[in-house]
Amino acid sequence: MIARSFWGFLLFAFAAFSPAAQAQSGGELHFCLHGEPKTFNPILVDDEAAEQIRYLTGGVLIRLNRQTQALEPALATSWDTSRDRRTITLHLRKGLRFSDGTPFTSEDVAYTVKLMMDPQTHSPTGDAFRSGDGAVDVKTPSPDVVTITFPAPIAGLDRLFDQVAIMSAHSPKKEMAVLGPFFVAEYKAGSSVLLKKNPNYWKRDAQGNPLPYLDSIHIDIQRNRDIELVRFRKGELQLINRLDAEQFERLRHDDPAVARNAGTGLDAEELWFNEVPSAPLPEYKKTWFHTTEFRRAISAAINRDDLCRIVYSGYAKPAYGPVSPANRFWFNSALEKPTYDPKLALALLTHAGFRHENETMKDAAGNRVEFNLVTNSGNATREKMAVMIQQDLSQLGIKVNVVTLDFPSLIERMTRTFDYDACLLGLVNTDLDPDSQMTVWLSSGENHQWNPNQKTPATTWEGEIDKLMREQASAPTDKERKAKFDRVQQIVAEQAPFIYLINKDVLVAVSSSVVGTAPVVLSPQAFWNAETLRLNAGAALGAQK
Amino acid sequence: MSPARLLRTTCGTFLCAVFLAGLFAGGVTHYSYATQFREAPNAAPSPTHLFGTDSLGRDLFTRVLYGTRVSLLLAPAAAFLSTIIAGVFGAFAGFVGGWFEAAVLAVADLSMALPLLFVLLALRAMLPLDIDPVVSVAATFILLGLLGWQASLRVVWAASKNLRDSDFLLLARATGCPRSRIILRHVLPNLRPVLLAQFWISIPLYVLTEATLSMLGLGVMEPLPSWGNLLRGLEDFSVVHANPWRALPLVLLVVVVICFQLILPAQEEIA
Repeated sequence: MIARSFWGFLLFAFAAFSPAAQAQSGGELHFCLHGEPKTFNPILVDDEAAEQIRYLTGGVLIRLNRQTQALEPALATSWDTSRDRRTITLHLRKGLRFSDGTPFTSEDVAYTVKLMMDPQTHSPTGDAFRSGDGAVDVKTPSPDVVTITFPAPIAGLDRLFDQVAIMSAHSPKKEMAVLGPFFVAEYKAGSSVLLKKNPNYWKRDAQGNPLPYLDSIHIDIQRNRDIELVRFRKGELQLINRLDAEQFERLRHDDPAVARNAGTGLDAEELWFNEVPSAPLPEYKKTWFHTTEFRRAISAAINRDDLCRIVYSGYAKPAYGPVSPANRFWFNSALEKPTYDPKLALALLTHAGFRHENETMKDAAGNRVEFNLVTNSGNATREKMAVMIQQDLSQLGIKVNVVTLDFPSLIERMTRTFDYDACLLGLVNTDLDPDSQMTVWLSSGENHQWNPNQKTPATTWEGEIDKLMREQASAPTDKERKAKFDRVQQIVAEQAPFIYLINKDVLVAVSSSVVGTAPVVLSPQAFWNAETLRLNAGAALGAQK
Repeated sequence: MSPARLLRTTCGTFLCAVFLAGLFAGGVTHYSYATQFREAPNAAPSPTHLFGTDSLGRDLFTRVLYGTRVSLLLAPAAAFLSTIIAGVFGAFAGFVGGWFEAAVLAVADLSMALPLLFVLLALRAMLPLDIDPVVSVAATFILLGLLGWQASLRVVWAASKNLRDSDFLLLARATGCPRSRIILRHVLPNLRPVLLAQFWISIPLYVLTEATLSMLGLGVMEPLPSWGNLLRGLEDFSVVHANPWRALPLVLLVVVVICFQLILPAQEEIA
């Protein structure tokens, strides 16, 4: 009996002092946004800061689980998508209320969708649903069922609802009445946003306790990442959502427990050559840039492993192609891993008519292979990459002049004057679905950077990509879409219009006072599960060492 | 030798030594400033790399030497250019007076009101991309020289205006001395101390301006080193804390700027 009591006590003691048990409901979480949210209206969100506020406050019908990358029921308990991908029927949870107490019904969904699709609203969220001309038909046969029919098929229709935060049709507070775990309680322009727990939030934990656990989240607006890091070290902040490799390495050196690597992210750094026919470049340069072997040779001559090891302190992986391996479903695992192979590069260039003479690479006409590589000024990481590429290519006798320009000047050259040879920039991927990259891959797209806004595809392989991208958008199943997009990735790897360099790791910092974090590669990386985060019982600001 | 004179001599000697080391960098170090020793990024000082290496594994001693050449050759050139502009227009404006004085001062005031950084940004964006890094750095300093004359002009103008009303110029005019002779033989020699002071003051100013531009990624193009782009890795103090040797270019810059300030009184005395 005594023994049983002893073991019972020990078990109790262990449970009482384990981190999970020390965590408690309540408290205020502190972290920073790196920009001012331009709006709190969820259908007008167009910037990262506002998107993160929307994620914390908005209630959506279907939620993309940031960890599993699978769709989960949220305000809708189930949904059916028609085979033609035009119609979706959603079955809503019953008895829910907005943060101000207004009841939630199918009328609110209809109101939100109509507002979002109204051309007068200019909703960036609605743009993703605009696949063809015509009006959207929304039917509400009952308070808990809504059927939405779009004028044309939409690829990944159900997934798009992850971005649609439902607004109240009847609340006088309009967009400030929310269905998410928190609501905006206070906003000081240029300074901070205070989110408070939504008392009417529908979700509960496995034990039936109401979520979220936190009472509030205090978000400071802080653009300077170094100040953010200093404040984190002082214990004034408990999370940092994105760190660069250098900051992360220093933090890891001082306190390994708080530095968390979520793994390879979706973002890539890439290089491309200007292939615009009307570009003000010498004809011989245009000929080089149009030559697939030239582009592939440059790709093979770049030591991506060194870029990862030196520029990113090991917190990056060589990029395979347009889709990062972090995008589990859409990544084409059949693509070959890019390897550093100067001999292959030389062989490709020789095959294309170039010759290596006296440590200098020349084309068939005797022109020295020399080009400028532009990138945006002020980005030390990107500039380091450019200098390393410069040295790699100098081994082949190719001269690269690195030029940094302020961003507006760079954009001007990329999109209007086309007065540049090659460009090094990063691609920010916020969406897993390839449909969001239509303007990149269609030859008529404005983000088809190597040769944008083409009237007809300039090459046969660009024509094939156009065809495949259109087919994947209207294919009835994800499996068929995947097969089409795999082929797109294969063509891009073979033709190298973009030379993908690295995929950065997603690096975050989480104070030991926060319990329940599980950083992921999708945004918002460190606080995607904010509703289940807790603070340690003894946690107080300033405790972080 | 007085302590002040000793200090000036020491500073002058130090500046000469730094200048000569930069000028003959190729003879002092056998490394190239661009070569990356990728197996040894951020290496600590050692007999192989006297000042250690930077984040890309480049020999920091070599880069400091070549950076010194760039900064200490071109900053005086830019200072000379701006002093010449300030001297010519300031002296004439102060001496001639009238509408010419009003016009010159108005242009000076107007250009002082322009944000220098944005003007440089715009001018840099207009330059062709395929220029050699050496040409680019020369262009940067020429732009600095062409855009940095206003403050000096006002000083020269004030000095020239004082001279205009002086007794000895009144006497020269009364004896029928031609205007060109008055300017060349009387005004300019008397402005020499002011011009020299402006020249010496401008040199560290341009070194620091180039450093600021490089911190913004707009100065000297990689891989060519300058003191400015050598300081880029020091934006965060914790970098210096982790790799203290990376602060050596900063130490050199501070010492050189102090030396320039300390030798300045000597110039005034000579004049």
